Amino acid sequence: MLNRKLIPLAVTCCLFFLLFGVGSIQFEGFGTPRVFFNLLSDNAFLIIAAVGMTFVILSGGIDLSVGAVIALTGVVCSVLISKYQWHPLLVFPVVLIGGTAFGAIMGAIIHYYKMQPFIVTLAGMFFARGLASVISEESIPIEHEFYNDVSAFGFEILGDAWIGSSTIICLMVLVVAIIAAHYTRFGGRVYAIGGDANSSALMGIPLAATTIHIYAISSFLATLAGIVYSFYTFSGYSLAAVGVELDAIAAVVIGGTLLTGGYGYMFGTLMGVLIMGVVQTYISFDGTLSSWWTKIVIGGLLFCFIALQQVLVRVKPR
Amino acid sequence: MNTFKNQNLRRYLWPCIGLLALLVINAIIAPEFFQIEFKDGRFYGSLIDVLNRAAPVALLAIGMSLVIATAGVDLSVGSIMAIAGAVSAYYITKGVDNLALIIGAGLIAGLIAGIANGFLVGYMSIQPIVATLILMVAGRGIAQLINEGQIVTFDHPGFAFLGTGSFLGLPFPVVLVIITFAIVQLLTRRTALGLYIEAVGANPSASHYMGLNAKAIKMSVYCVAALCAALAGMIAAADIRGSDANNAGLWLELDAILAVVIGGASLMGGRFSIFLAIIGALIIQTLTVTIILSGIPPKFNLLIKASAIILVLLLQSPLFQKQLAQLKFRKSSPTNNTSVNGNNKETKNA
Repeated sequence: MLNRKLIPLAVTCCLFFLLFGVGSIQFEGFGTPRVFFNLLSDNAFLIIAAVGMTFVILSGGIDLSVGAVIALTGVVCSVLISKYQWHPLLVFPVVLIGGTAFGAIMGAIIHYYKMQPFIVTLAGMFFARGLASVISEESIPIEHEFYNDVSAFGFEILGDAWIGSSTIICLMVLVVAIIAAHYTRFGGRVYAIGGDANSSALMGIPLAATTIHIYAISSFLATLAGIVYSFYTFSGYSLAAVGVELDAIAAVVIGGTLLTGGYGYMFGTLMGVLIMGVVQTYISFDGTLSSWWTKIVIGGLLFCFIALQQVLVRVKPR
Repeated sequence: MNTFKNQNLRRYLWPCIGLLALLVINAIIAPEFFQIEFKDGRFYGSLIDVLNRAAPVALLAIGMSLVIATAGVDLSVGSIMAIAGAVSAYYITKGVDNLALIIGAGLIAGLIAGIANGFLVGYMSIQPIVATLILMVAGRGIAQLINEGQIVTFDHPGFAFLGTGSFLGLPFPVVLVIITFAIVQLLTRRTALGLYIEAVGANPSASHYMGLNAKAIKMSVYCVAALCAALAGMIAAADIRGSDANNAGLWLELDAILAVVIGGASLMGGRFSIFLAIIGALIIQTLTVTIILSGIPPKFNLLIKASAIILVLLLQSPLFQKQLAQLKFRKSSPTNNTSVNGNNKETKNA
């Protein structure tokens, strides 16, 4: 009998292969390594953001500022590179440090003033989008040799499948996150806080430091996602990436992480994003289905997985 | 008893002072702000405009304050607005002329959405943020499905009256807000329903032992919220004489939550005041007007709103109140300290 902890993850994986299989049988050219690796490279920024969201949700919180941080990162990058002629390699550390500090401040407010993560990160979302639109309301193009080189960097595997720089970054993030979540002391603390914040405080887990770290990591990864996002768009726009936070939350839930925290796998989040990507690819291959079906299907999937979680939690033997 | 009264008074005082302060600022920077004209059987003026534009958020805030009182939150109200607008537009373009039928269809669409939310939260005990997230994501898809991806425009003078008509000199949306407020206020404060809602929010298990049917109460608040959202959605559609599934009610759920929070309600549930939520909605709209009048470019809108939320939340936080009190105390005493001071500045900047 399968470990019951693994049931949601197993369902997610099966569903992914089922959707991919159905697509492959139905459409020519769907079941190729190329389409599969395109899923990764098209959704690399979402995977990176969703990994950060997984840490937050594992700890029982939520981060609504992710999409806004992605947009702010793009705007700051493009202004520094195009207007002030900074080198991207100098810009990246600056925005990453700024993003991390932003998350740390949100984490500190959540912990010290005992506010709900939901409302604090909502204010953070307003703040980041507001700051982005104050910096520039227009879309600013990024023109730099380095950007073109990074974006074009990559190699072919398995015939015609393409692994680009964004895919490499996202896989690296994923590996580090899996190690951090499952094999380090910090990861253990995140799960413990998500399981029961009071008990873990009594156990001697430093709640303040861990909470601040979690939100700092989430914003750091959102900033990284913003950098990767600017590799696709070559521009910074204050209204970019609207709603990415919801996609990230949906991916985490579909990936089998329990929304009350303390329960879930990093790998599941990857599968969650891939399922959403496969639904989108399926709809674009089909051609007759309209784009709004993506939203409805993702809503339906969300419902099914949340219902599944509820059933698993309730049937749990005591 | 006396302290209770004092607390209650303080609760009403701050939001009202906030609104008054904003109005005074507006009057100072633009003296014409308070001018109201009576023309063609209705009032015109900046003040009436504020009321009119605040109407959709005020309607959402009425429903949202009940939901937040049960320690929940409804993220789907913006999408429900889009659905209700799309449904009524669909019936108008299909040639239905009966106004009651059109409005009824929109309200029923909202009610179905509310029942779905209430079922997930009440009967399946899913976290409210997540349960309503489903409809927030899927709802816009459903609205687009009804509109077949188009912006559906229509011409129906009766329905357009909802958004642009006037009654007793007031814009009709404002009248609808007043009617809704009266109905919900009567239902919650002249019956025990309001007390039940607060009990469920304050302590779910205690209210369960008291014999309250928490599930049904949660179901009913999500239904009320969805009905209010449907009404707001139809007003928005009637206003532009069209249904835009992508943009109708976009981000208004956040404004509604903000209005309730500004009105002093705790997101942990347990108390609500519909009147204060409406004041909150008025504050948001007045703030927007203040930003425009004072010549600050509108792009600063969001930044100012974000600072306002953080400030209101901090003022509600007991720890911050303590720090503030300490600060006052230390200021009056000769020993100056920088640590508390620095701490406050940092959080305000955030």
